[in-house]
This record gives sequence, structure tokens and C-alpha cells, in this order.
Amino acid sequence: MNADRVGIVGVGHTSFGRHAESSVQELAFDALRVALADAGLTRDDLDATVIAAVPEYHRQRSIAGVVQEYLGLAGRPTWLTEAACASGSAAVRTAWLAIRSGEHDVVAVIGCQKMTDLPTADILGLMGRVGDVQWEAGFGTTFPGYYAMFAQRYAHEYGDVRPSLTAVAVKNHENGALNPHAMFKKAVDAAKVEASDEVASPLRVFDCCANADGAACVILAREDRARALPARPVWIAGLGAASDTMSVLTRENLTSLPAARRAAREAYAMAGLGPTDVQVAEVHDCFTIAEILAYEDLGFCEPGAGARLAVDGATRRGGRIPVNPDGGLKAKGHPIGATGVSMTHEIVKQLRGEAGPRQVQGARVGLTHNVGGIGQYCFVQVLMVED
Amino acid sequence: MFRWFGHVGQVNATRVAGFAQHLRDGRIMASACTACGAHSFPPRADCARCMSGEFKFVEIKGDGRLFTYTRIAAAPSGFEHDTPYTLGVVELESGGRALAWFGTSIPEEGIHIGMAVQLVPLVDEEREEIHVEYRIERPGATWTRVPRTAVPEGNAP
Repeated sequence: MNADRVGIVGVGHTSFGRHAESSVQELAFDALRVALADAGLTRDDLDATVIAAVPEYHRQRSIAGVVQEYLGLAGRPTWLTEAACASGSAAVRTAWLAIRSGEHDVVAVIGCQKMTDLPTADILGLMGRVGDVQWEAGFGTTFPGYYAMFAQRYAHEYGDVRPSLTAVAVKNHENGALNPHAMFKKAVDAAKVEASDEVASPLRVFDCCANADGAACVILAREDRARALPARPVWIAGLGAASDTMSVLTRENLTSLPAARRAAREAYAMAGLGPTDVQVAEVHDCFTIAEILAYEDLGFCEPGAGARLAVDGATRRGGRIPVNPDGGLKAKGHPIGATGVSMTHEIVKQLRGEAGPRQVQGARVGLTHNVGGIGQYCFVQVLMVED
Repeated sequence: MFRWFGHVGQVNATRVAGFAQHLRDGRIMASACTACGAHSFPPRADCARCMSGEFKFVEIKGDGRLFTYTRIAAAPSGFEHDTPYTLGVVELESGGRALAWFGTSIPEEGIHIGMAVQLVPLVDEEREEIHVEYRIERPGATWTRVPRTAVPEGNAP
């Protein structure tokens, strides 16, 4: 057994949605309070705090400092990680690196974001500029617009994708209905999805995740410290990270995210596991098409077979490989800095058997797949519990 | 000058700002590295292949095939009054890709991936600022300039 293994010893989560009466540091506080209680730790046990947030959404400059102060932790190290919508998993990675290096023993990772203060058009503008600004944004590109162009290309190469996009939305809402933290706790049927307004053809409102406010926290500890705590540790068995071009003009194809493939390959190799070992997965379904690409990029099926996997129900709870049992970004909401941390939170709950009505029975190996932008960043985690 | 480029200009300073001036004169330019000869579109000043910082502009014809597209209904700030508009990505015969709007020669229902298209310069001096872009048109389409129609007295350029 590797002496410097890193375990997740505590998790916390606020509800996701509109928090019109809370500041971002207050949301961070809520998530940390729950995670500390869960871990049986106090603030004095934390060596450092890594904050995940995307700064453009906040009036406050350099958010890590103000969060650290509000948490009552000023004095100890803190820093911000930013990798667009993958900031949360980037933060988990830096905390893991800090512990593996021997520098810190116990590190809290807090993803927090307030988005609903901004008008939707401004958010569309901000998000659209995650593509190349010099050659693309001048034409009014949007984030859904980019993924829509992936969907068009996917349909061109593999056939009609609409039924599988709908299947993903229906499944994730079905799961979200069981998640007390979800923004939309309501099942929807296919007719409702397909009758919703067009956002960027072929994507409709129900193909898109919602901007949200919220925070999530996970506490990581070195193995000896993790074993001394009351909760059953969830081990970080493998991590992978990769990047890709900002511009879609230079991507080889638009039916896969190469960064996701690469990050998954690394994470599987480190864990000594493969896609067939994964029993539950949290994937980055910012748009329904993104979940289908994720199935393929993570090796849950062959390229081009993701659409079928969605329609067959293999990724529903009780299916061959349940995906997004907490409702995914689609139903849970997507406070971008918090999302990656929220994914890890859900897999920890699942592997501990604490996911309540949305529990995937007997899950011992789980995976998270957190994508920044249109695949410019991707982080994959393989998590597991011991027998 | 590069702020002229795009339906709503975003970036001002770039080493390939001359691209916008060429576009105003009706030419679409790629870059060619003077050290190793590598061509890039969109143009870039610093060669991705050999890292040389020396380049020259070379004109391209703009012909290619439609790689993908989407009709935007929910627009970002600055584009609210333009919806719906359709974005296309063209795979250029001369190499590289361009993202642009469709021009008037291609009706919405005629758009399909793989169709032969032509990237055509569009110069619009009607607005407060000069504005240059390219549009996706049928092969053989020629470029257009929307001239300044009424220059108020005393405000002549």
C-alpha cells in the first residue's frame, strides 16, 4: 500500500439554485461547516484551503482571500484555481498534489460561485468568450452554440441525435428529483424536452444546464490522518488532467473531446482500472450532447455508440453504468466553480452508501469527469472504497 | 484597426491587425511563415511549427466546405437585436477553418454540412465605425461593400 495515498474524509454541499440572499463567502461557509462535521474535524486541522471559482462572475476581486477570511482561516495558505467550468476538479488536483508532495496533511477544497446576480445575456457573453475571442466571439458565439455545433457534427457522422439528447435530459431530471440539493427537483417527459424553446439548434432549453449559485466542499487528508478519522475514507485512486485548444477552428473533429480521452487514460492507468470497473460516474453534462461525448471519451462505449447508450437506458440508475445519479449539471444546476467539487461530493456519498433514494447499489468504484469550456480543460478522478 | 473585424469587434491589438485592412480591400489573407513556409488560417504572427516571428500575408480564395453550423436563438450581450443568426464553420480548401455568419445567397433551409461554400469579404462603412468581416456564401459570390451613404455636413472623413 502506498504511504502517501490521499483520502477524502469529509464532504459538504449547499443547495444549488438561486441564493438571492447569500454572498459567495457565506455559501462557502455553509459547505465547509457541513464537511468539517462530516469529517469530525475542526478548522484548526486544516493546513490550507484551495478555492475553486471563476472570478469574472464576482464583484469581489481575488475571491480566495475573502472566502478564507470569512471562514476564519486568514493566516493559513489559500489560493484560487481557475479552469473555467473545471475549476472544482482543478482545485481537488492541486490539493492532492499539495498532500502528495508532503507539504500539507489536511486540505479543504471549496468550490463556490454566485452567477444569478448577472443577467442571462451577460452570462451568455462571458461563457461564449471561453471560445477564441479574436476570431470567433466577434460573431456572437455562445457556449450552447459551440456545443450545438458539436451536436450537428455528431448527427452528421452518426445519425439523428435528438432521441438520445432527450433521453439524457429525461434521465438527469428523473435523478435530480431525488436530490435535495438539486435546482430542479422535477421529472420531465420527452415531449416537454422537445417542445422547449430553441437555444442554439439543435439544442433546446432542456438540453442546457442552468446558471446557479452554490458551494461544495471536500476535505482531503494523507492516508494516516484519513484512517484515524471516523468516516470511511474514499480514496483517490487515479487522477488525470489534460488541455486542448481554445479555438474550435483547430480541433481535428467535433465528435469527441481529446482532453477528456487523455485525462481518462491517465486516471485509469494510475488507478490500475479501466472503464468496465466503473460502477457510477458523474460526467460534465453542461449540455445533453456533452454527456453523450463523455460516454465515448471515458470508454463506456465505442465512438458513435454514445447515443445508443443513452436511449437504451444503460446510464440510468439500475443500468449497466449509472451516470449522474444526482441529476448532473442539467437538473442540479451549474455554479461553475462548485461543479467539479459537487461531482466528487456525489461519488463520495455513493461509495459510502449514503446517497439515499438515488443510491447506486453496491458501488465501490466511481469516476468524475469535469470539463472546462468546450474541452479546453478536462480532469478525471477515479475514486474507490476498500472492502 | 483589428477592432473593425467581426460583427462586433472584440480585440484591438494583434500582430496580424493588417488582416482587417486587407479584408477592407476585399482580400482574405492567411499567414505564411517566412522561415519555414507554414501557412495558417486564421493568420498568426508567430509560427506554430518553427517558432519564427517573421510572417507575410498571402491571399486565399476562400472556397471550402461547411464543417458545422448552428442557429443562435439566445444571444450574448451586444447581439440581442440580431437573433436568430446562424453561425457556420468553413473548412477552407487552402487549409484552416473560419467561423462566420451566412450571407444572403444561402437561405436557412439550404444549409447542410458538407456543402460547397465560399467565404466572401463584407465591408460595412454604414455604421459609426468601419466594420469588416466575411460571410459564408455560394461558390462564386463576390464581395460587397456597404458604402457610407449619408455623411453629415462637416463630418466628412
